[in-house]
Amino acid sequence: MKSRFLRLKPSGARIQVFEAGRGKDLLFLHGAGGHMPNDRLLAALAGKYRVLAPLLPGYGQSTGEDGLRDMLDVTLHSLDVLEALKLTKPIVVGHSMGGMIAAEMAAIAHTEVTRLCLLAPAGLWLDDRPIVDIFAKLPYELPALLFHDAELGKKLLTAGGGSMDDPEFLKQFLVTRARQLGMAGKLLFPIPDRGLGERLHRITARTLIVWGREDALVPATYGDAFKRAISKAKLVKVAKAGHAVGQEKPAAVLKAIKNYF
Amino acid sequence: MKFTWFHLMPWPHMPDDFRQKHRSVWVDLPNRMYEPERGHGIYHQYLDQLEYAEQIGFDGIGVNEHHANAYGLMPSPNIMAATLTRRTSKAALVVLGNSIALYNPPLRVAEEMAMIDVLSGGRLVAGFPVGTSMDTNYAYGTIPALTREKYAEAHDLIRKAWAADEPFAFNGRYTKLRYVNCWPKPIQRPAPPVFIPGGGSVETYDFCIDNTYSYSYLSYSGYLRAKLLMEGYWKRIAERKVDESPYRAGFAQVICVADTDAEAEKLFGPHVSYFYNRCLHVYPGFADAPGYRTVKTIQTGALSQFTQSGRDYPSMTWKDLTEGRYVVAGSPDTVRQQMEELIRTLRVGNVFCLLHVGNMPDDKVRHSSRLFAEKVMPRLRNLWPDWNNHDDRFWIHPMHDPVTMRVAAE
Repeated sequence: MKSRFLRLKPSGARIQVFEAGRGKDLLFLHGAGGHMPNDRLLAALAGKYRVLAPLLPGYGQSTGEDGLRDMLDVTLHSLDVLEALKLTKPIVVGHSMGGMIAAEMAAIAHTEVTRLCLLAPAGLWLDDRPIVDIFAKLPYELPALLFHDAELGKKLLTAGGGSMDDPEFLKQFLVTRARQLGMAGKLLFPIPDRGLGERLHRITARTLIVWGREDALVPATYGDAFKRAISKAKLVKVAKAGHAVGQEKPAAVLKAIKNYF
Repeated sequence: MKFTWFHLMPWPHMPDDFRQKHRSVWVDLPNRMYEPERGHGIYHQYLDQLEYAEQIGFDGIGVNEHHANAYGLMPSPNIMAATLTRRTSKAALVVLGNSIALYNPPLRVAEEMAMIDVLSGGRLVAGFPVGTSMDTNYAYGTIPALTREKYAEAHDLIRKAWAADEPFAFNGRYTKLRYVNCWPKPIQRPAPPVFIPGGGSVETYDFCIDNTYSYSYLSYSGYLRAKLLMEGYWKRIAERKVDESPYRAGFAQVICVADTDAEAEKLFGPHVSYFYNRCLHVYPGFADAPGYRTVKTIQTGALSQFTQSGRDYPSMTWKDLTEGRYVVAGSPDTVRQQMEELIRTLRVGNVFCLLHVGNMPDDKVRHSSRLFAEKVMPRLRNLWPDWNNHDDRFWIHPMHDPVTMRVAAE
């Protein structure tokens, strides 16, 4: 997938944007892990839409993370990206942390975001269904946490990877992890709740919520909570899918989006 | 040389199957294991040991801060230091230190440390650690990538609060105070000497140099493995063209002294094993929250620490631990020889002596400490004659005479 760069004014952040496909505009906001190697969801979406997938500062070659400290910073930054891409009324899709950001954008700028798709978004906290602490997980634990099919998850997560015994690869791995999760921590650490629950009622966009039934990170109950709080929302639960629902069942997610919008 | 007798205050009753039953000594170990009524006696025994250290001639006595940690039972080292002001009169009270990014407002640290300095008559050494990731991020919820920025702002506020003679306004990103007004203020002006515990962050080297703070490497893996890190510090000192006073640096070392080498193993072996196998049993997922270390640090130094994490304490014998100098142990002669090597190779003026180890009973703690004080310490005193064995910038300035008290009406 090809990428280009945006320079945001006035923050000066340099943003890497992946772009593919033709059709209606679709803005995709990734989760805390960034895009996957050979991202199956982006490939599926590009079969039907013109997909624009910017990387948050701290991810890939996007810079400017030091200037983003809290939820409002990130929300306004993402609205700046939307504006700089010159998109009008795109379908805004966000996965996990990206879903949290997309929901904030829709709550704050509800005339700008009129079609919203949240894939297992973060942002709420239910005391009786606490979310697992992703920041205390070791890399080998991630496939089973993010995928219903852990074997598939392991294959997808390590595609194009190297060996941890190679010092150069290890150093690069640690730097990437520190940049990405360091940025994500500003929204998700230690508890992924920055008050979104008090703002969800402001969302006027037609909203599609998609959840993997077997989500082991953010249980599917959270989907019901999002649906209750957003006025024009539909919830689709996908069978045999975990938190990385779009990677595990790209066709089902594409179908849900196509049918709804 | 300055020798500080340092306590970690571990819980000494972790069971034999601790490693099998629990994934970590820190962060998520259920406090069901802690027995408060037993804890009462343990706290007082530990405080007695610190007071004893002053009696036998240590220059300083040290405490530190940990949270949700069974080997470090001092969430508030200031409370411990405050009790020590009452029954000691000479030793420096080395509080190493307060994790200043954790307090809201951080002015609280300036106030409490000023209280300790006044109570002790100017004997406080103030430590400002960033804090481990376990304490700062996991136990106290500070966002990893913002920890250092918060720390820097807190440091700025504390130094200004100590130095000021009048109220001032402080408009920080994390702390906003209309009236900063530190009552009491410390006896030591403009501030007590400051020690910074560091773990190899390049930024910390410069921070110490810029502020004339002593860099303290608190490691449990002994002086042989500390060489690379300390060389990095001294290289930076040379690059910055500041003087090479050994008192710019300190090192923590686990030490066990007995009459003979064989006796040391017999007396201390089980307690050293308790320390390395139970106290240091930390779940790797809590060791380093992403964003806690800077990218620059990972690129330059942390990798060597990462590869070290492969070390396998459970399989290490007394021989491995002592020959690898994780632990300096043996007869007074053996300990003196190894300590001299430590002091010279790392070029340190401060040594933080860990003479209470794991679940060591009181009589053994005192035996080992007394042998160190009587038979080892005197022979290490004059290793830095060029510096007259003292550097005014990095040690306490106690008040000389008590000020006579008068009632207000006079």
